[in-house]
Amino acid sequence: MDASDLGWWGVPLAILGGAIRVGTPLLWVSMGEAVTEKAGRINLGLEGTLLMGAMAAYAVAYASGNPWLAVLAAAGVGLALGVLHGVLCSLPRVNDTAMGIALMLAGSGLAFWLGKPLIQPSAPDLPSIALGSFTEQPAVRAALDINPLFVIGTVLAFAVHWALGHSRFGLRLRVVGDSENAARALGLSPSAYRVAATAFGGACAGVGGASLSLVYPGAWSEALSSGQGVMAVALVIFARWDARRCIAAGLLFGGASAISPALQALGYSQGYYLFGALPYVLTLVLLVGLGKPGPSQGAPGELSLNR
Amino acid sequence: MSSAAPAVGLQAAGPGAPGTAAWLRAQLAAAALAAAPAGVALVITVLLFSAAVAAAGFDALEVWGLILSGGFGDAFAWQNTLQRAAPLMLTGLAVALPAQAGRVIIGAEGALVLGGLAAAALGNVLATASPALAWPAMALAGALAGGLWIAIAGLLRDKREVNETISSLLLSFIAIALFNQCVETVLRDPASLNKASTKPLPDALMLPAMPGLDVHWGLGVGVAVALLAWGVLRFTPLGLALKVAGGNPRAALGVGLPVSALTVGACAAGGACAGLAGAVEVAAVHGAANASLIAGYGYSGILIAFAARFSPAGVVPVAILVGGIAASGSLLQRRLGLPDAAVTVLLGFAFVALIGCETLRGRSFWKRKA
Repeated sequence: MDASDLGWWGVPLAILGGAIRVGTPLLWVSMGEAVTEKAGRINLGLEGTLLMGAMAAYAVAYASGNPWLAVLAAAGVGLALGVLHGVLCSLPRVNDTAMGIALMLAGSGLAFWLGKPLIQPSAPDLPSIALGSFTEQPAVRAALDINPLFVIGTVLAFAVHWALGHSRFGLRLRVVGDSENAARALGLSPSAYRVAATAFGGACAGVGGASLSLVYPGAWSEALSSGQGVMAVALVIFARWDARRCIAAGLLFGGASAISPALQALGYSQGYYLFGALPYVLTLVLLVGLGKPGPSQGAPGELSLNR
Repeated sequence: MSSAAPAVGLQAAGPGAPGTAAWLRAQLAAAALAAAPAGVALVITVLLFSAAVAAAGFDALEVWGLILSGGFGDAFAWQNTLQRAAPLMLTGLAVALPAQAGRVIIGAEGALVLGGLAAAALGNVLATASPALAWPAMALAGALAGGLWIAIAGLLRDKREVNETISSLLLSFIAIALFNQCVETVLRDPASLNKASTKPLPDALMLPAMPGLDVHWGLGVGVAVALLAWGVLRFTPLGLALKVAGGNPRAALGVGLPVSALTVGACAAGGACAGLAGAVEVAAVHGAANASLIAGYGYSGILIAFAARFSPAGVVPVAILVGGIAASGSLLQRRLGLPDAAVTVLLGFAFVALIGCETLRGRSFWKRKA
C-alpha cells in the first residue's frame, strides 16, 4: 500500500499533520502575545518579529549546523525586538498600536535585507519526533512526525497559564494589565512589567519564526510569513487571553491552512487561492461571532483594544 | 519628515493680535514646536540608516547621495518619483480619512487590489466605449470596490466592536486571495501564459500623461482628491461632525450626530481612495490587473498618513518624499547592489523614529522660550 491508496482519507490525515506543522508558529506567537496583552500592551509588530526570528534562526542553523542553537538565537532576536517595543511604548504619548505597525514594517524590511544571502543555501532542519514509526504508511508517518517545537510550546503554554494564575510575578503582571491605578497603589511599576511581558512575547514570536524556517516550510524565503503574526494577535482574542486555548487556536487555524495544500496534493486545485484564504475568513468570522470580550472573559482592563 | 508639521502648528493660538510682531513670533514658535519632534525623528532616522548601511559594508554618504539623485536629482528621477507618489497619496488618504473618525485602518492594500480588479474588468467590458465614459466608470468601479471592502471593517467595528485594525488587515489578505483567484481563473486572459493577468486594456483607455509633465493623470487625481478631502474636513459641517465623532463619540451622540454613519462613512471613503489608487495603477501603469498590483503601496500609505499626522493635505508632500525614496531603490540596487529591502528598512526606521518622537510633543522644555 502506498500513500495514494489512502485516497480521500489522506485529506483529514494531511489536515491533522498540517494543523500541527502550520499551527506551531501560531501557537507560539499567540501565547507570547497573550502574556503581553495580559500586562496591558498590544504588540502588532509581531509579524516583523516572526520574520526576524525566522531569518536569524535560518542564518544561525546554516552557519553553525546546530538547529537548537538557531532556536535560541531566534528567541534572542525576538526578545530584543520585544524590549525595543516595550521600552519605546513606555515613553509618554507613544501609542503601542502605531509603534507595532512601525516595527512590523521595520522588522520585515530588515529580515528581507539581511536574509537576501540566505535564500539559496540550505540549513539543517530541526529533527522531528517520529510517532508514526509503527506503520509503513508514508502518509501516516508524515502526519505523525511531530515537531519538537510544538511539544515544547504546548508544555510552555500550560506553564504560562499556571504562572499567570499562581506565581507572584504572574499575578502582579495581571494587576498591571487590569488596572494601572491598582498597580501603582501596590507600589508596582507598570512600565517594568509591560517591558518584561512584551519581551517574553517577542521571544515567543522569535521561536515561532524559527518554527517557520526550520520546520515548516523549513527554508528561508520572503514569502515565508503571510500574516501569521497578525493572525496570531487576532487569535489571542479568540483564545480569551488563555495560553492553553492558544494551543487549540493554533491547531484549528493550522488545520484550516492545511486544507488547501492537502486538496492540491490530491490533484484538486480548483479554488486554491480561496481555500488559502480560509484561515483569515475563519479568524474574521470568529471575531465577529465573539463580539467584544468583557473582563469576565479574561480581557485585560488596560488594553487599548478594549477601551 | 518635516513636511508633516505645518498642518497642526499654525492652528495653535498665540498671544497678541493677528499681524503684530508678538503674534508672528508666537505663530513661528508654535510651528517650530510642532516641527521639532519630526525634525528629531529625521535626525534619528538618518543616523540609524547610515549605521545600518555602514554595517552592511556600504558608504553611507554615497547611499544618501544616490537616494537624493535617484529620487529628486533630475527630470527623469522626478518623473519616476511622482509616478509612484500618485497611488501613495491615495493610499495615504485611505488611512488618514478613517483616522479622522478615530479608526485605524491598515488594510488599504486589499482595497487597492480589488479596486484595480474592478477597474480592469469594467474597462474590458467598455473596451469600445469612449474614454470620456469609460474612465469615470472605471474610477467609480474601483472606488466602489475599495470603499465597500473597507466599509466592512467599519461596520464590524460599529455593530460588533471587532477591532478594525486587525479586521482590516485580515480583510486585506482575503482580498488578495480573491484577486488571485479571479485573475487566475474567471478573469484570466488566455494569452497571459507565465504571469496570470486580466485582458489588457485597449490603448485608447490608457491614461495619458498630464500636459507639460511626463507623469500620468493619476497624479492629478491624487492631488485633487487630497485637496478635496482637506477642503471638506476644514470648511464644511461634515468635516466638523466627523472630527467630533472621532474625537469624542459620546459628545457627538449627545448633540445628535449620526456617529455610526460618520465613522463607517469615513472608512468607506478611505477604502474608496485605495480602490481608486488601484484603478489608476491599472489604467495608467500596468494596463491589466495582475500580481504587479500587489506592490506594498497600501502598507506605505500607513506610514504616509501617520507622518502627515492624518492631514489630507499633508499626505501630498509626504507621499512625494516616500515616492522619491522608493524610486531611488532601483538605482541603489543597480549601482551598489543594495537589496531593494533596504528602502523598506529606511521607511521602517523613519516610521519607528516618528512614532517614538511623539513623546517629545508638548513637552515643557520645548516651550521655555515661547
